[in-house]
Amino acid sequence: MAEEMRRDERVFLMGEEVAEYNGAYKVSQGMVEEFGPRRIVDAPISETGFSGLGVGAAMYGLRPIIEFMSWSFCLVAADQIINNAPKMLYMSGGQFGCPAVFRGNNGAGGQLGSTHSWSVESMFSSVPGLKMAIPSTPRDAKGLLKSSIRAEDPVFFLESERMLGFGARGDKDFSRYLHANGNGGPTWAPPAPEDDDNFLIPFGQAEVKKSGTDCTVVAFGRPVHFALEAAEQLEKEGIDVEVIDPRTVRPLDIDTIIESVKKTHYCVVVDQSWPFASVAAEVGMQVYENALDHLDNKVIRVNNDDVPAPYSRALEQEALPHARKIVEAVRAVTYNA
Amino acid sequence: MTTATGQNEAQELSDSLDKAKLMSMLQRMLVIRRFEERTAQSYQQAKIGGFCHLYIGQEAVAVGSISALRDDDPIITAYRDHGHALARGMHPNYAMAEMFGKVTGCAKGKGGSMHFFDKPNHMYGGHAIVGGQVPLGIGLAFAIQYEQKQNVALACLGDGALNQGAFHEAMNLAAIWNLPAMIVLENNSYSMGTHINRGTAMADDLKQKAQSYGIRYAECDGMDVLDVYDCFAREAAATRGAENPQWERGAIPEYDKHGRTPGPVFINVKTYRYQGHSMSDPQKYRSKNEVQGYKDHRDPIQSLVQHLIEHGVATQEQIDEIDAEAKQLAKDAVKFANESPDTPIEEMYTDVYAEPFGPFKLGEAHEAFRGEE
Repeated sequence: MAEEMRRDERVFLMGEEVAEYNGAYKVSQGMVEEFGPRRIVDAPISETGFSGLGVGAAMYGLRPIIEFMSWSFCLVAADQIINNAPKMLYMSGGQFGCPAVFRGNNGAGGQLGSTHSWSVESMFSSVPGLKMAIPSTPRDAKGLLKSSIRAEDPVFFLESERMLGFGARGDKDFSRYLHANGNGGPTWAPPAPEDDDNFLIPFGQAEVKKSGTDCTVVAFGRPVHFALEAAEQLEKEGIDVEVIDPRTVRPLDIDTIIESVKKTHYCVVVDQSWPFASVAAEVGMQVYENALDHLDNKVIRVNNDDVPAPYSRALEQEALPHARKIVEAVRAVTYNA
Repeated sequence: MTTATGQNEAQELSDSLDKAKLMSMLQRMLVIRRFEERTAQSYQQAKIGGFCHLYIGQEAVAVGSISALRDDDPIITAYRDHGHALARGMHPNYAMAEMFGKVTGCAKGKGGSMHFFDKPNHMYGGHAIVGGQVPLGIGLAFAIQYEQKQNVALACLGDGALNQGAFHEAMNLAAIWNLPAMIVLENNSYSMGTHINRGTAMADDLKQKAQSYGIRYAECDGMDVLDVYDCFAREAAATRGAENPQWERGAIPEYDKHGRTPGPVFINVKTYRYQGHSMSDPQKYRSKNEVQGYKDHRDPIQSLVQHLIEHGVATQEQIDEIDAEAKQLAKDAVKFANESPDTPIEEMYTDVYAEPFGPFKLGEAHEAFRGEE
């Protein structure tokens, strides 16, 4: 964000506690020192007010980054973010766009209960006019966020509270699965800050997080890590899983998924939102539509359980689309291989 | 400090208006009136679909307020937006064609009656979710302040929107950042069919709504275009150049119930709509006498005509001529809309994304088509 703010005077960051508190999750640490309170703006707890302000400012020509402390809190601003932002260009016959980024934490945090544990991707990705990115690694977060800020359309940028302290909680680093990325290394992390001001990851470009031959597993955001953990276990059983991270839901890089399915003939889709009318359901349907003849079994979805997020740690963890569920799904779908 | 209409001061302001400005205000009000009469007729002929809300009776509000602003001051309003668009200078042809769903409409037939947009005239739209446009208007004011421009943003709402959270959040943001916003209540006393006192607590003392946010309050007679003009000219001057006290790090803002100058203002414009809420409103909630009383004694166009004649600014013949031209413009607008082509199916996929992908690239093929317009 800071790099983009240095590059473009029109970019500002607004949200609860982004300035003097340094960000509720320290995402904007030090930014008010550099850019001052004109551009790093502490907003009161008024999501409708400040997200609507972002839409208006974007119509006028600014490049707002509107931070929701959590996407769970965006629901009170639904009229602004899904009624105004994505439809403005269309309703005005192309006269007024909304080049704003709405970003914040998405998905179950740590025992926050149901009101604070929303995964909004399935609910919002059905709205035409918006774009949506769900990064799963620091590298993707950087490249996609920079692309989002430079985009001419409204972008919903779904981060994960559980991944902000990535590595600090003993998370496994699966970057060994990644192939070399141009400048020499398989890596989760973005290139060094001094030479990466234009490190952009285009929307609609999936990344094969782990290549494999036996079953395609599609996952977005934090569940990519669950999928890789599952892949590690399945490797021991002799099942070589290919993990594909589409990185953006709108646009969705279905081509990369289809290419993979044509190779593996099996497909499991992982998605941390509820199963009914979900992103996983959409991906599964598109796989059927585009690759039915190549499938040797049905597509299986692994979603969050179809219940409000429970508080109890045991229940909360079990509800997630975690590695064991993915392992079981892959086994079930490939039993006839 | 209070800015409720001071009659003497007001007289001086509008008295200084030259003949051309007065006649142009009359002309715009007549164009709106005649346009809306044709709109009603076209709606009844099923040329116009959807919801349609007429501005008849309220002409002085849009014309008086917008005439007092700079041409590049952004304005935004709710769904009763025909008057604002025309007052801002949109040609009636494009307004009527929009309602007819024609490609020549101000939003290529994609917005309709409730969603007029006009970027060249800095008209940021009619917005149809009650109150939802007020935060957008605050965003326009924020952007003006951010870019350190000397503009003001005009954000209009109806009295029904007073009870939406969006309005209150927007008022609060305007106050804490001292934004150059004019938040304009077009108070026609009815939220659809609900009298303001039935739905809005403290409706008889709306000044308190402004004071509770430390925002300057003003009010004017929305049936008198000169009073509206005076009020907006004075308040725009007191809003322009509003600075954000919080741009200084560590500053703890202080508030005064009378608001700040320069700073945001909340203007209560008392007006009246002659027609129903929308075209489908039988108006059982108010008496015919009430409506007739306004038409006979308070009509904003008649009041201005009387003023012009009494002060020797114009003759009845000159006024009749302007009215005849307005009628012709409205008639021509219907003809233009009738004869324009429907928005072609090919336009379906344009304007969904500024940077289209996948199926939305279908729209790209029609750039050439758009170029011909």
